[in-house]
Amino acid sequence: MTSTDLTREDPAVLRQYYRQMALIRAFELRAAEMYTRARIGGYCHLNLGEEATVVGLTAALRDEDYLFATYREHGYALARGADPGRVMAELFGRADGLSRGRGGSMHLFDTAIRLLGGYGIVGGQIPLATGAAFALAYKTGPAPDAPAVMCLLGDATTNIGAFHESLNLAALWHLPVVYVIVNNQLGMGTPVEAAAAEPELWKRGCAYRMPGQRVDGNDVLTVRDAARAALDRARAQHQPTLLETVSYRLRGHSVVDPARYRTAEDTERLRRDDPLPAFRNHLVAAGVLTDEAAQEIDAEADKAVAAAVDFADTSPAPDVTTLFDHVYATPAASMYRGLPGDPVTGGGPP
Amino acid sequence: MTVLSYRQALHDTLRAELQRDDNVFLLGEEIGVFEGSYKITAGLLAEFGPRRVRDTPICEEGFTGLAIGAAMMGLRPVVEIMTINFSLLAIDQIVNNAAKLRSLSGGQVSVPLVIRTPGGGGQQLSATHSQNLEVWYAHVPGLKVVAPATCADAKGLLTAAIRDDDPVLVLENLALYNTKGEVPDGEHVAEIGRAAVLKPGRDITIIGYSRAAVIALDVARHLEDDGISAEVVDLRSLRPLDRDTICASVRKTSRAVIVEDDWLSYGTGAELAATIQEGAFDYLDAPVRRVAAAEVPLPYAKRLELAALPDAGAITRVIRQTVGGH
Repeated sequence: MTSTDLTREDPAVLRQYYRQMALIRAFELRAAEMYTRARIGGYCHLNLGEEATVVGLTAALRDEDYLFATYREHGYALARGADPGRVMAELFGRADGLSRGRGGSMHLFDTAIRLLGGYGIVGGQIPLATGAAFALAYKTGPAPDAPAVMCLLGDATTNIGAFHESLNLAALWHLPVVYVIVNNQLGMGTPVEAAAAEPELWKRGCAYRMPGQRVDGNDVLTVRDAARAALDRARAQHQPTLLETVSYRLRGHSVVDPARYRTAEDTERLRRDDPLPAFRNHLVAAGVLTDEAAQEIDAEADKAVAAAVDFADTSPAPDVTTLFDHVYATPAASMYRGLPGDPVTGGGPP
Repeated sequence: MTVLSYRQALHDTLRAELQRDDNVFLLGEEIGVFEGSYKITAGLLAEFGPRRVRDTPICEEGFTGLAIGAAMMGLRPVVEIMTINFSLLAIDQIVNNAAKLRSLSGGQVSVPLVIRTPGGGGQQLSATHSQNLEVWYAHVPGLKVVAPATCADAKGLLTAAIRDDDPVLVLENLALYNTKGEVPDGEHVAEIGRAAVLKPGRDITIIGYSRAAVIALDVARHLEDDGISAEVVDLRSLRPLDRDTICASVRKTSRAVIVEDDWLSYGTGAELAATIQEGAFDYLDAPVRRVAAAEVPLPYAKRLELAALPDAGAITRVIRQTVGGH
């Protein structure tokens, strides 16, 4: 829970964290609604319950850092500064979407804010993030102001081979990367303890002599400080870190999952640990926010999300003539670009 | 022109590209200290150092994915996967990331990656180490797959692949590494996606790629003595596939035999035969035939291995059957 001493913090920064958390909450609730109204297709995974982790991690990043995310990444895009309208437009599959309607909810890319993707294949991003860190190290040596890479992954992802191969390479080659296990305690419906022989997941880094730590993912400041320390190690020493944040998913795995595997105890815990009201109450108690100011921020978030939905609604569907755009950087003359049923060659009857 | 081995042409190309562009680096198992399982990278670690020539642990998924991530950042990695058989450990990264990141990002990121890997049987390496799986990759939009058959193309296509902004799989072949041929001196960049007519002919078109194209050419030369004029088309690129050159040749000769080292069902020959029947249907005087590998996991015993792989005898027989009363 939010227990960090607030007296040393800049109140304006704290209010900004709350503003970001409120925006993510409002955005995700609205995304769920839009999904049930069939405005969003495919899969849709929400950051509800992870807002403190999202904002804490992104607060630790600098503009020049790179972020690789999972398929549960709307909040990270928003907190990194992506335009909410373009994020919603991507969810709606529109031309103005962050990925021009090619990726959808699971594949948000925005190179302007160095968000190098959400990834739909579990753990697919881990070797890539390791490679981005390799590229940074290839170009420059360690320095306190050097850029670094943050790689997000879920708790269940620590069981795949690519996770272990990547950690080994990063430690062996001293790459400036911070791996963050966003442990929301469930891999779809499977509890961590049922999937990992070492359920204290951060300890898996010990096999690679990689420093690590488990922190309370419901405490935005604790998350931020741990991530900042890890990023500093990455920048200044090219020392990778395995950080674990523990929070709890408020809803199902995706919007369509009713989460029947949850017990009544779980549900009670959800209410108790929900990071958003906890942080708000903490800020109000510390005199950083008044109730009225908090309500105002919440209302602003709702307004921003309503504007995002309007933007997405008015953005056109991508034109079919653009179907083959962006598949190749350097198209070749002989590439086949037929639609289903089109002839394969120009050679008809004599 | 200089006569070089296929191996030397690859080696010299890697060296030239390392010299030309600091963003080019090599990555793979045993490519440095050991100088490469097939010695393509011999001497390059000593010349360029471990920053440019990086030995990896055995972790194909990890280092291939790492190379893709480095390519997203603007580097131009050239990955050696020791044989195409081991690429299966990395196939998720190749198919789901390398091939798709440009599309998924709406064109925001590119993956200028090269994967060099040899395929092919005939070395008594048995079932797990003798496969021709390139068609798996040629199936996937977003990838390019080239397969040099000649020493000149070993240079030209590898150079083109390294300078290309898309992920390119360069299929090498164990049986070709020691072959020799003329290689253009200086700058030589082939066009990816263009087939080549290795030998013109009138009576039949033989289509192949990699080792199969070399055997096809040899067979075609021998058939000249028997009065059969065979045209040999070397695909050079499996994706994109140069359908125009293939169909133009068959429209001229009216007959086609496809030679492929992969398995027959769903293999490259199936795609080529379908292309020909659509693009040259009214010109065909005989069914399109395929000479492909027998559909078994390739056995170790030499007699069985030889029986399973396409050879000059089988190709000659099928050509004679196709040409028929000619």
